[in-house]
Amino acid sequence: MSEKTYLQAISDGLREEMRRDKRVFVLGEDVGVYGGAFKVTLGFQEEFGPWRVLDMPLSETAIMGGATGAAMMGLRPVAEMQFADFVSCAWDHLVTVAAKQRWRAGTPVPIVLRLPSGGGFSGGPFHSQNPESSFAHIPGLKCVCPATPEDAKGLITAAIEDPNPVLFFEHKHLYRRIKGEVPDERYVTPIGKARIHAEGEDVTVITWGAMVYTAEEAAKAVDASVEIVDLRTIMPWDKQAVLDSARKTSKVLVLHEDTRTGGFGGEIAATIAEEAFEDLDAPVRRLAAPDCPVPFSPVLEKAYIPQVDDVVRALKELIEY
Amino acid sequence: MSIARVAEPSGSLQEVKEWGLDREDLLQIYRNMLITRGVEERGHILYRQGKIPGSFYTGRGNEASSVGVAMAMGTDDVGTPLHRDMGVHITRGVEPWRILAQYMGRADGPTHGKDGNVHMADMNLGLVAMVSHLPAMLPVAVGCALAFRIREERRVAVAWSGEGAMARGDAHEGMNFAGVRQLPVVFICDNNQWAYSTPTHLEYAVEHLADRAAAYGFEGVVVDGTDVLAVYREAKRAIEKAREGGGPTLIENQTLRMEGHAVHDDAFYVPKELFERWAERDPIERYRTWLLDNADLTDEEEDEITGYVKKLLNDSLQRADESPQPDPSTLLDGVYATPEDLDTPHHK
Repeated sequence: MSEKTYLQAISDGLREEMRRDKRVFVLGEDVGVYGGAFKVTLGFQEEFGPWRVLDMPLSETAIMGGATGAAMMGLRPVAEMQFADFVSCAWDHLVTVAAKQRWRAGTPVPIVLRLPSGGGFSGGPFHSQNPESSFAHIPGLKCVCPATPEDAKGLITAAIEDPNPVLFFEHKHLYRRIKGEVPDERYVTPIGKARIHAEGEDVTVITWGAMVYTAEEAAKAVDASVEIVDLRTIMPWDKQAVLDSARKTSKVLVLHEDTRTGGFGGEIAATIAEEAFEDLDAPVRRLAAPDCPVPFSPVLEKAYIPQVDDVVRALKELIEY
Repeated sequence: MSIARVAEPSGSLQEVKEWGLDREDLLQIYRNMLITRGVEERGHILYRQGKIPGSFYTGRGNEASSVGVAMAMGTDDVGTPLHRDMGVHITRGVEPWRILAQYMGRADGPTHGKDGNVHMADMNLGLVAMVSHLPAMLPVAVGCALAFRIREERRVAVAWSGEGAMARGDAHEGMNFAGVRQLPVVFICDNNQWAYSTPTHLEYAVEHLADRAAAYGFEGVVVDGTDVLAVYREAKRAIEKAREGGGPTLIENQTLRMEGHAVHDDAFYVPKELFERWAERDPIERYRTWLLDNADLTDEEEDEITGYVKKLLNDSLQRADESPQPDPSTLLDGVYATPEDLDTPHHK
């Protein structure tokens, strides 16, 4: 074990897979000489050469379509969108080609798409989004949203191993801020298994990504025992872990940084209502960003992203219900 | 003034032999063109009988372009043919009965009823199944070529599009990246002059679409897409050039879409004279004339070929019609791939 940042854990996991499997290669904008906008692939081109770490033209469609074709020919591309927001330009290739090819034509498309996502540093409407729910809605795609360095490494390994297109949402606000113990050896964190971030008895928070830490701070500020379930992956998602926790505490807050309407929290809340209604002592509560684009001004962004105080308020309401 | 090279028409038997085609190849081309048209004509019958759900698309008029290019591909090469390119599937060896079963949405079609019409391909024959967002297949073919380049394999990818698809950003991004990296990919643009009801002057402003190749740093060639041997020669040149590390080529095969966009469309917007003029250049009739004039095609050979094709298609029609409807319990099969799915020649 050694202490690593979330960013270093992703980088280590990716480098390790490239060392052990020649089929794995990286493509994206500025990923080579520059090492990526966030330096996840720093030093990779020196180690693996220019044909396994490809600096691409500003062409998200060619990146995604190229990864799809290369995957069909047996390689294991790990493509990077410089910011998750730019995945809109690659939507067609993910959703139209990659997601449906196995189902309709029998052709597996094992690709990983790395998506630096999330806000908290005045990135504005085009450098801060959390578009995971849009892709969780597409049959054939998997969506992974690690919160800890240990999971970041284990899930990038799992994503590369997976025979499907996997979207790897790495939260930018966690990159260098979050450090943790990471096993030095290779390991795989299973896609579809939640992690209990904190055990509790009175109320449950279901969340993922950077909001795990917001929930953690909020839990310290309420006079109750709060269970925090870190989903880790939202497609597939660990329904059983969510239902188990809902039945245990009988009160559930679903928390996410993405916008509220059509956000993945709605799916979770609906599932709890359908399958654990009799076990609840309060209506399932959702806390999410409001239905507007991500703002630039720090004041406005604070009003947009759920803050610790917002979570505290929501938890108190649930506790007192 | 054309920037792209305008290809010569097909030549004498001697020249054709120099390109590597022997007599059996020449007869195979004829056979494949007849099967290609025959499959689509049988499709029309099935449609009129109400056996094809949804719509039905053909590539009538494009037989020389599709068969000519596919004949020039190597066994290990791959391609992304679209809905006017039935000849590619036929030439690569897809059995016609499976195509007819696909039209009808039956269990034995290549997509087992999950997708329709020409949205199919057999990866074991090196073909990737198209999507309706046609230009999306260009970057996919480029990605195949990228894999070949990374692994230093002597394989080539062939990307098909129509002149309509060339208007979208995918085509630009795919060709630009292929040019930048000089990837082993050949772009075939079947310019059939109509994107649904939209004529070429509302689609692009250059003289030839192949002129655009110069802007991507590779060669463009304009070919008479009704001349199967000229198509073959140019495709062969481009494919072998790509195989030798010479980078991409954009080949524009000029044809006319001889039917509507799909079976529901009577193409009232296409001037009648245009159809009449291009009917005189029917690719199959044109090639038959060439065989008679240059290769001494005998009556016996022709009877043997047409008899074979007729029997093949009749048998195929019957076998396809016997194929069962898909089982609703298979609906969710394969939404997600399993590790076992990667146990293919491509993924080893």
